[in-house]
Amino acid sequence: MIREKGTVELKHGAGGPAMRELVKSLLVERLPREAALAATAVGPEDLDDGAAIPFGDRFLVITTDAHVVKPIFFPGGDIGRLAVSGVVNDLAMMGATEVIGLTSSVIIEEGFPLVSLERIRQSMRETSLEASAFVLTGDTKVMARGELDGIVLSTSGVGLAQRVVRDAGLRAGDAIVITGSVGDHGLAVLSARHQLGLEGDLRSDVAPLNGLVRVALGAGGEAVHALKDPTRGGVTGALVEMAQKAKLGIVLDESAIPLTAAARAAAQILGIDPLGVANEGKALLSVEADAIRPILAALRAHPLGAQAAVIGRVVSDHPGEVLLDTGFGHRRLFERDAEAIPRIC
Amino acid sequence: MTNDPTRLEFRDPARGSELLTRLEHVVERAGRRISVMHVCGSHEQALARYGLRTSLPRGLRVVMGPGCPVCVTDAPEVDAAIAVASRGVHVVTYGDMLGVPGQSISLEDARSAGARVSVVYSALQAVEMARRSTDAVVFFATGFETTAVATAAVLDAQPPANFFVLSAHKYVPPAMEVVAASPDARIEGFLAAGNAAIITGYGLFEPFAAEHGLPVVVAGFEPLDILAGLIRLVELAVEGRAEVVNAYPRCVTRDGNRPALAKLFKVFERRDGEWRGIATIAGGDLRLRREYAAWDAREHFDLAPIADAPEASELAGKCRCGAIMAGSAEPSDCALFGKECRPDSPRGACMVSSEGACRIWHQYGLGLRSERELSTLRVRESSA
Amino acid sequence: MCLGVPGKIVEVDDLVAKVDFWGVCRDVALHVVDEPVAVGDYVLVHVGFAIRRIPPEDIAQTLEFYRELVEEEATEAAEEARRS
Repeated sequence: MIREKGTVELKHGAGGPAMRELVKSLLVERLPREAALAATAVGPEDLDDGAAIPFGDRFLVITTDAHVVKPIFFPGGDIGRLAVSGVVNDLAMMGATEVIGLTSSVIIEEGFPLVSLERIRQSMRETSLEASAFVLTGDTKVMARGELDGIVLSTSGVGLAQRVVRDAGLRAGDAIVITGSVGDHGLAVLSARHQLGLEGDLRSDVAPLNGLVRVALGAGGEAVHALKDPTRGGVTGALVEMAQKAKLGIVLDESAIPLTAAARAAAQILGIDPLGVANEGKALLSVEADAIRPILAALRAHPLGAQAAVIGRVVSDHPGEVLLDTGFGHRRLFERDAEAIPRIC
Repeated sequence: MTNDPTRLEFRDPARGSELLTRLEHVVERAGRRISVMHVCGSHEQALARYGLRTSLPRGLRVVMGPGCPVCVTDAPEVDAAIAVASRGVHVVTYGDMLGVPGQSISLEDARSAGARVSVVYSALQAVEMARRSTDAVVFFATGFETTAVATAAVLDAQPPANFFVLSAHKYVPPAMEVVAASPDARIEGFLAAGNAAIITGYGLFEPFAAEHGLPVVVAGFEPLDILAGLIRLVELAVEGRAEVVNAYPRCVTRDGNRPALAKLFKVFERRDGEWRGIATIAGGDLRLRREYAAWDAREHFDLAPIADAPEASELAGKCRCGAIMAGSAEPSDCALFGKECRPDSPRGACMVSSEGACRIWHQYGLGLRSERELSTLRVRESSA
Repeated sequence: MCLGVPGKIVEVDDLVAKVDFWGVCRDVALHVVDEPVAVGDYVLVHVGFAIRRIPPEDIAQTLEFYRELVEEEATEAAEEARRS
């Protein structure tokens, strides 16, 4: 499939099947099978949010992320906050809510305003304080004007986890929980990027979630079977991947999915499904049915989890498929390879 | 999903359930399989988005006709836009068109190869881009009459000299004639596009209904609107009454929006045109009148395909989009469906467009599994 | 073809209205709507243009239409019961 054109396309970075195919065929399948892989509990072939390596009685979790968002300053956040939150969240989704440290690599285009760079660094500092996750080392490169579009941030993180939580751990009978409203980041950025003139409280939810995940794991322990943050590809992409890895089905109840009024209106105007766009401050949990109550209570008591809700169930029917009950029938949710674009039809 | 009528939401699931029961009984009493056709991609979107296709009675077949403007935009028209963009001119278009292949490549492919292609949400945005630039901006304008009204409005308002329109707009009523006259479809009635009828009025369906002996019901796009429209349509079909019923009175009137219609035909004229894969539809294309030649991209730019454009795909011959759009074949009748032709690797327009029948079928798994398997997917019972 | 989105006018300035879509607002062009509109009016918007002013009394009328269809079902069911 990737050989079709002989060139890299936008879909290869969209977080969907095309990207996974590229990563698998060019990276994962060609790694030396010896050495590094033998030492991991969760490795590159798992295509999870990070890698986990046994470390004494715990696990060392490592992850890396690159950010190229446009526009770099958007309602609710900026590329700096995204860079720190993104990597802290990848660690948290593996169960590593204690962050040992971050690295920050930045590649900047000649001519980029220093004022903007300062603003981005300030934003990273603030987010680091929220998460107790600090940049301990990094790298800076500058490319000539025109050779790079603005700025690219690449961030790595190292954390420790008592127990590794995989995104493949779904079990039949589990409840699917989301920690808050859906589609905020993707819709805010899309609206800003295309200058669609939408006024209102449409803002990114970008935030570090390690504190929130910590309280959920504290309340639920091993009853939390799987974790994943629905970034690129949205809730749909994340749940389809989880369902496929676990070879189980998921059924969602549309009336239970939290949406802000702004996101609902923007989605309707743009003809975009909020379930298919990125969230940068939300987590999906697959939890044992018995543990729903304490986990929801713990989430809702935390400022980032006030709208937490059960949105569906894991079932043994239709393995690998995610269905949405609309109240009028149901439809199947499919991952997309492309970034959502506003449609008129 | 919220359901607040003061926000013009008509989505009460309890009422929906009652209307579905009514529809089931109406179809049952017919005692035979009924096929009706809708001609609006947004109706298909709504059917899919609300999951209505999984609840419609088995005895009712709701076929999607040539109602996806993206799908019926002919390959040479797409290639013309690609040619302009590939020669260094800034082409802007609605997001829906980006991924549609012409003979072989799409505007998105051209963009990856370096052409300047941008997405706009409104014709006004396109004009604004021209105002802020010294370069030419060509608006590849697609869509049916509802959308063409917007293009007409911006042209009528004397846009800047560097703004051009490459019109691929189409006009639906003649296409309905072609389908109605076709022996293959076995269609017993039409669900007409509610928002197009806001502009044209429903009066124009009266001679159509009389001539073809087929009922036409104009329906809106809320789930309750669609169910209500289908109930009325099936009743009329069963009783053999070739009438026109307006089931969307809050938006549609008999005469329509006269000033908008006048503006439309002040700027555009109807010409015979190729509807991709279907046929030549007499009077089915909307093209700029001579008076607007100054802004007509066809008068100013070289539209010939670029020299080294890739060969037409050999799969193009096997694509059955045309028959599917005419309602005489279903997506699963196409050999490429679900195999070489999938949403991530589309071969035909019906799979590219978010409103294409093939795309929508693929999205909810129809045609990829047997009817029997689908019937066991009763969501409420299967949830743990 | 028809993505028509309803909203409520909160400001009018010549040929542009600010429309509230109950979550976000956006400017909407009034070039093609066929009657004068005022603050508080419902409009249906397609690709940035208002194409119809929706009379508020039509909301109740629409709900009534659905109710009638369901009533017809009850009436027919009762007749069938009587006949059998």
